Amino acid sequence: MKKTADFLRRVCAPGKYFNAKTVAAAGFILALAISRFALLDNYLQLLLMLIGINVILTLSLNLINGYMGEFSVGHAGFMAAGAYVSSLLTVKTFALYSPLWAFPCAVLAGGVVAGFIGLVVAVPSFKTRGDYLAIVTLAFSMIVKSVIENIDSVGGPRGFLGMDKLTTLPWVFFWTVVTIWIIRNFIYSRFGRGILAVREDEIAADLSGVSTRNVKMLAFVVSSFFAGIAGGLYAHLIQYISPGTFDIIKSTEMLVMVYLGGVGSIAGSILGASAYTVLLEALRPLGIWRMAVMPLLLVLLMIFRPRGIMGLREARWLVPSSERDAGVSK
Amino acid sequence: MIYFFQQALNALQLGSMYALIALGYTMVYGVLSMINFAHGDFFMVGAFLCFVGASRLHLSFVPVLLLSMGGVTLLGVATERIAYRPLRNAPKVSAIITALGVGIFLENFTLGLNPYPKYVPPLLPSFSFNFGGVSVSSFQLATIGISIGLMLALHLIVNKTKAGLAMRAISADRTIVPLMGVPVDKIIALTFALGSGLGGAAGVMYAMAYPVIDPYIGIIVGWKAFISAVIGGIGDIRGAVLGAYILGTVEIMTAAFLPSTYRDLITFSLLLVLLIFRPRGLLGRAEIQKV
Repeated sequence: MKKTADFLRRVCAPGKYFNAKTVAAAGFILALAISRFALLDNYLQLLLMLIGINVILTLSLNLINGYMGEFSVGHAGFMAAGAYVSSLLTVKTFALYSPLWAFPCAVLAGGVVAGFIGLVVAVPSFKTRGDYLAIVTLAFSMIVKSVIENIDSVGGPRGFLGMDKLTTLPWVFFWTVVTIWIIRNFIYSRFGRGILAVREDEIAADLSGVSTRNVKMLAFVVSSFFAGIAGGLYAHLIQYISPGTFDIIKSTEMLVMVYLGGVGSIAGSILGASAYTVLLEALRPLGIWRMAVMPLLLVLLMIFRPRGIMGLREARWLVPSSERDAGVSK
Repeated sequence: MIYFFQQALNALQLGSMYALIALGYTMVYGVLSMINFAHGDFFMVGAFLCFVGASRLHLSFVPVLLLSMGGVTLLGVATERIAYRPLRNAPKVSAIITALGVGIFLENFTLGLNPYPKYVPPLLPSFSFNFGGVSVSSFQLATIGISIGLMLALHLIVNKTKAGLAMRAISADRTIVPLMGVPVDKIIALTFALGSGLGGAAGVMYAMAYPVIDPYIGIIVGWKAFISAVIGGIGDIRGAVLGAYILGTVEIMTAAFLPSTYRDLITFSLLLVLLIFRPRGLLGRAEIQKV
């Protein structure tokens, strides 16, 4: 008895076996099992996948709005770029190849194209800040939407379909973990420090030798890359995309998830995205009134907890071990 | 040429509507330095009040206009009191998110009450004048005339009254002015009242020009009006009006001379180019950063 307890304590002690890596591996195996043997019904699987996609989106927006302290309201545009590029690739180019490797390649390509658009958006951010930059990002998302509407070969305003349902739970889990991992390492890297410095005081950061231009460019590229990835996954989950899918309402939804969970916190983004997605489903019995109750809850949350659920704090297991006691991550 | 003048008249009409909404954004921004993202939805509520007044209560034009303006004024003041005032000292983003939340609430609350798009019956007798080939409808005349009248009234309030002086003072310095005995809460409430009232009037004008309304009209029109305010330099009242007429002209002219699906593309591209060269808008002052 004592031996078992001892064993359990040893296994569950944080850092030894029970760390982020083993949890990720176990989660991936679980996700594979769930989708292979249908351990959960389709509705719950869909909900889990939506949570994963929303976590990716929220993290990508949090990088700009939370960590860098800028205000982007156009992330739906990056998402649209990723969704359309990856869908075009799987439907037209890779149609004859095995989806096992064609699908991740397509999603990756969607992310890369979105990243390039992010690079273009980063250029105005050198000079403009705050509300004006918000307008720049909004304008870019509207331009992306407008361009798609004017290309007839991808369906124009009618939308695009024909994708197979390639997004499965293991894939969503994989991309979510990859996103969390890369964004965490990015934030605790040298560039990440630069991003935080830009948020706190751009002039001081500049004077201290942070190349604010490079930092902003990199942040926008990484952020829009992951928004594009989420778009690709979303397109192959819902199997229908149209320019109307990626409008201001989608961007607003992302903003809500970021600020619900708390800015500048990975754990906050995960919590915010999950809480929002689950709550939206839980309120479904209210029918048409659900979207009226949801924002009321949000307003109440903001009045009583203005910094969101986590509010700049970070879960301990998301902080690199060398940082934990340094006080940097507070 | 007559075609051009006809379109210029349409641009004036659209610009007037944008100007009324943009004024609400820019005034609130002036006193609170906060973007009231729910403002576009205040405008939408104004259009729906117009529907209620015209088709349920069978009122004529002037009572409907007063009903919309009064209702939206109350809504604006109440929103400020309930949702924004507790957050005045909170981080700026919480106030923005609250505003977004209020906006989504208004949209979907209205959707719950009116699940189908509504048709607003014409409020004015429909006739048109002819000026050398350019025909001016009674709706256009009313929209442009009332907008300009309201803007002049606003101009007088802001520049000639004591409350207007207090408003300008708060927008110039928000730390010192309260110490001088200016009742900040009252002035901010008044600003919301004026801005929302103009938004309500714009709702009536929208319902006259595009009689089929749904709860989501506030989103895109609101953002366009916000863009007008930014083009002019947000926080600047003359800038908002200028920006609105520029945006109205660009939108109507691209739709008139190019395929209309290019309208948003060209509008937003122009906006980007403008912001690259004038990052603080046309009339906005350069922000002085003290280190």
